[in-house]
Amino acid sequence: MMNFNFNVAELLFALPELFLLFAISLILLFDLFVSQRLKQFTYYLTQLALLITGFLAFNLIGENATIFSGTFVLDSLGSTFKVFILGFAIIALVYTRHYLKAHELLRNEYFILAMMSILGMMVMVSGHSLLTLYLGLEIMSLSLYALIATARDRASAIEAALKYFVLGAIASGLLLYGMSMIYGISGSLDISQISSFASASTLGSQQTLILNFGLVFLVIGIAFKLGAVPFHMWVPDVYQGSPTSVTMFLSTVPKIAAIALLIRLLIDGLGELQHYWADLFMILAVLSIAIGSLVALTQTNIKRMLAYSTISHIGFVLLGFVTGVVDGYGAAVFYVLAYILMSLAAFGSIIVLNRKGFEADQISDFQGLSKHSPWFALIMLVVMLSMAGVPPFIGFYSKLFILQQVVAEGYVILAITAVIFAVISAYYYLQIIKTMYFDDVDKEILVSAPLDMKVVLSINGILILVVGLMPSFWMELSVSLF
Amino acid sequence: MDSLLSILIWLPILGAGSVLFIGNNRAQLARWVSAGISVIVFVLSINLFLDFDTSTSSMQFVEKVSWITQFNIFYHLGVDGISMPLIILTTFSTILVIVAGWEVIKNRVADYMAAFLIMEGLIIGVFSSMDSMLFYVFWESSLIPMLLIIGVWGGQNRVYASIKFFLYTFLGSVFMLVSLIYMYNLSGSFAISEMYTLPLTMAQQSWIFWAFFLAFAVKVPMFPVHTWLPDAHVQAPTGGSVILAAIMLKMGGYGFFRFSLPITPDASSSFATVVIVLSLIAIVYIGFVALVQKDMKKLIAYSSISHMGFVTLGVFALFSIMKMGSNGELISISGASIESAYLGLEGAMIQMISHGFISAAMFLVVGVLYDRLHSREISTYGGVVNSMPKFTGFAVLFAMANAGLPGTSGFVGEFMVILGALQANFWFAFLASMTLIIGAAYTLWMVKRVFWGEITNPEVSTLSDINSREFGILAILAIAVLWMGLYPQPVIEVMHASIVNLLEQALTTKLPVLL
Repeated sequence: MMNFNFNVAELLFALPELFLLFAISLILLFDLFVSQRLKQFTYYLTQLALLITGFLAFNLIGENATIFSGTFVLDSLGSTFKVFILGFAIIALVYTRHYLKAHELLRNEYFILAMMSILGMMVMVSGHSLLTLYLGLEIMSLSLYALIATARDRASAIEAALKYFVLGAIASGLLLYGMSMIYGISGSLDISQISSFASASTLGSQQTLILNFGLVFLVIGIAFKLGAVPFHMWVPDVYQGSPTSVTMFLSTVPKIAAIALLIRLLIDGLGELQHYWADLFMILAVLSIAIGSLVALTQTNIKRMLAYSTISHIGFVLLGFVTGVVDGYGAAVFYVLAYILMSLAAFGSIIVLNRKGFEADQISDFQGLSKHSPWFALIMLVVMLSMAGVPPFIGFYSKLFILQQVVAEGYVILAITAVIFAVISAYYYLQIIKTMYFDDVDKEILVSAPLDMKVVLSINGILILVVGLMPSFWMELSVSLF
Repeated sequence: MDSLLSILIWLPILGAGSVLFIGNNRAQLARWVSAGISVIVFVLSINLFLDFDTSTSSMQFVEKVSWITQFNIFYHLGVDGISMPLIILTTFSTILVIVAGWEVIKNRVADYMAAFLIMEGLIIGVFSSMDSMLFYVFWESSLIPMLLIIGVWGGQNRVYASIKFFLYTFLGSVFMLVSLIYMYNLSGSFAISEMYTLPLTMAQQSWIFWAFFLAFAVKVPMFPVHTWLPDAHVQAPTGGSVILAAIMLKMGGYGFFRFSLPITPDASSSFATVVIVLSLIAIVYIGFVALVQKDMKKLIAYSSISHMGFVTLGVFALFSIMKMGSNGELISISGASIESAYLGLEGAMIQMISHGFISAAMFLVVGVLYDRLHSREISTYGGVVNSMPKFTGFAVLFAMANAGLPGTSGFVGEFMVILGALQANFWFAFLASMTLIIGAAYTLWMVKRVFWGEITNPEVSTLSDINSREFGILAILAIAVLWMGLYPQPVIEVMHASIVNLLEQALTTKLPVLL
């Protein structure tokens, strides 16, 4: 049975989460009671809160503890993931503000909701019990549904929110169903106890059957959240319908949390059944890479195209988990981090084109960019080539790492399939480059983004090259988490 | 200089950054800075030749720094007799294209110059990488500037041509990537020298050979994966065509020398006939295809494919000439001396360099005409000699070289390869020597229709002869072509030790010896 004891000193290990919760409440109150003139400070307060939270999380790297009666774990994986979540979220919010201003969507709930979902992600990352994981997932998801709906006068956003909500609820339901199976057979919500139950040699065939049954639902739930084929239907619609700033948010930071959920449930909890879920992942991975690459070819809406591109990237991430070795998991984490860096820059480049009354979401909106703003065209060029896996950008090294692990485990055919689809997907990334550079259209493009966004986007783009030239540190970091 | 190769790679790339910074609005400054950088790089690269030790086959000017520790990847540079001439060819051609684009390119001048400088650095990187992953990074990233050069400054159908070029070569190289990773997992190192000594079974070698073959054959390009080249050449601006033909195609040939032969010797030997047949198809069939072209650039593009067939022929003919005896001595299969095996390989190298000069010259010749009348159609011209006598002199010289006239560089390489092939098989040599007829036919027929005859198009009579800038470029190339044709000895000396070493590696089996 669980042993509930509580020690105040344990709170220190959850300091980042507690601080963020406190900050959210405070900013919410601040926003309610101050005059209109001061409300613009909410954004800065949000960034400050995220920065401090990130700093607190960074300070906890190296600490290992399991607290709150085993429901919350602090380890290097958790702390590092939190730092990345917060760091990427800060970048995302810089881009977000320009978008919201351009479309008069700037309301302070937006930042509160974003912080709330980040809190959910942090709880997920540190969850060490089925309940904590589920709790974190729901805090995150509910905030995200609401975030999409903040554009309340746009029918497409409402549709996207509703679609995401319904399908997300189904996914949560499936996940919960799987969890209940696992709990029912193992008698525990605690990840380590589930793990020792699954690895016990005395497991009867009945018990194994139920465990596997539960496992399948967990995999489906996770695949839903990651957007892997065939559980990807929501991705393109939600990406297209949501305001671009929310699409950017959706396609970046929650992926880290979803990967954490996967690691906690399937590697920490059911690592013993790796050969079962690896087979499932192999199918999901190949389908995701294939469908993601093929369907994206015909898209004209850039958000929708990036949605399919995300699906194919997720396929590569899952390949890393198929390998079943520590280096393979590290490769998957490296891929996710690289993907988020690229995705942020891609959406940043879309948002930078937005201006008052002009919503940039078609590929053709990039026409003439190389003439009117060569620097931002160059950044988008780098992002697209990096996503296609062309060296010397980070996207190449993340694919290299995954492929190396896949080949090392003997799946050469899998690697060949993956690279063939990578070449196919290069076609649609080239379409963006073609639109920016080759199309001879004299179209006026105004880049009216504020300086902070321009600077951050430039750094983001340069990082894609610099980390590509010196990937060692990130690779080692990713592997050291396991 | 200890870090000469690094300087050769990074000076143009960083220089390109400064050219981009100068911007398209200050075009004249961008031109002069680019030209200055390319000349400095060329002068520096001459040092490679001067300080080169011809007595050894080991790597020279070596630099080695740990790069990606996770994968044991090193920033490892070095040159031998095979790569050094190609690097100098690269630095030489880059000056030509920058000067050739001087007045012709009016749109985004700084970007244009920067793209060529970046490409120069990346291609030097390709030729000097001693670590296969470093090689792959340079190999792939060199596609990016070429994509932009064709796509931004190209002709009517440039979008199609540039994307086809990119995807074709990208598809070829990803298989190479997988096989490099595969070998890394066997040996724990991406170093090319480790791969030379890595034991591989016949099945492994076959897979790796074909993966490499795809990557390199697309680049060369060999029949039947050549179809991207005519499109790319026709659409590319003159400078793009020059670099494409003079250097990028050589990357494929270089790959056979550096990777296929030494890493998969047994597979290379057993599939040599296939490669030879494909080379002969390229030489003969593509030669006939060139004959019927109406577009001058297309004609030269097909002629390029046909000439590059000699490179692959020369490389793979050696397996029918020599084999390794059980005590490690070279045994002749057909009674030929060992010299004829060298002839094939060295002929292939000479052919690559000579083709670098000739194809560059031919594309520049077409470029000169195109700049004036904006047409590449042969039928537009006729009687050009009447208005452009100086230019016609150069054009005829290069056409003769393209047809393989003795005394020009075109003759040396082809003749050496044919001699080598003759030792392997009479019919190989017979078919290959057909090119002397076909090549002469399509080149001279083009010359006849463009330069001689009556002026049918009134615009031709108003053409102005080449200016001093064009004269300078063509004169330098003419000197290069004649020098290689009359006195190729220095180049052969430079590569000889490396070729001897390569021959040994290519003939040493990696399979367990059956007793």
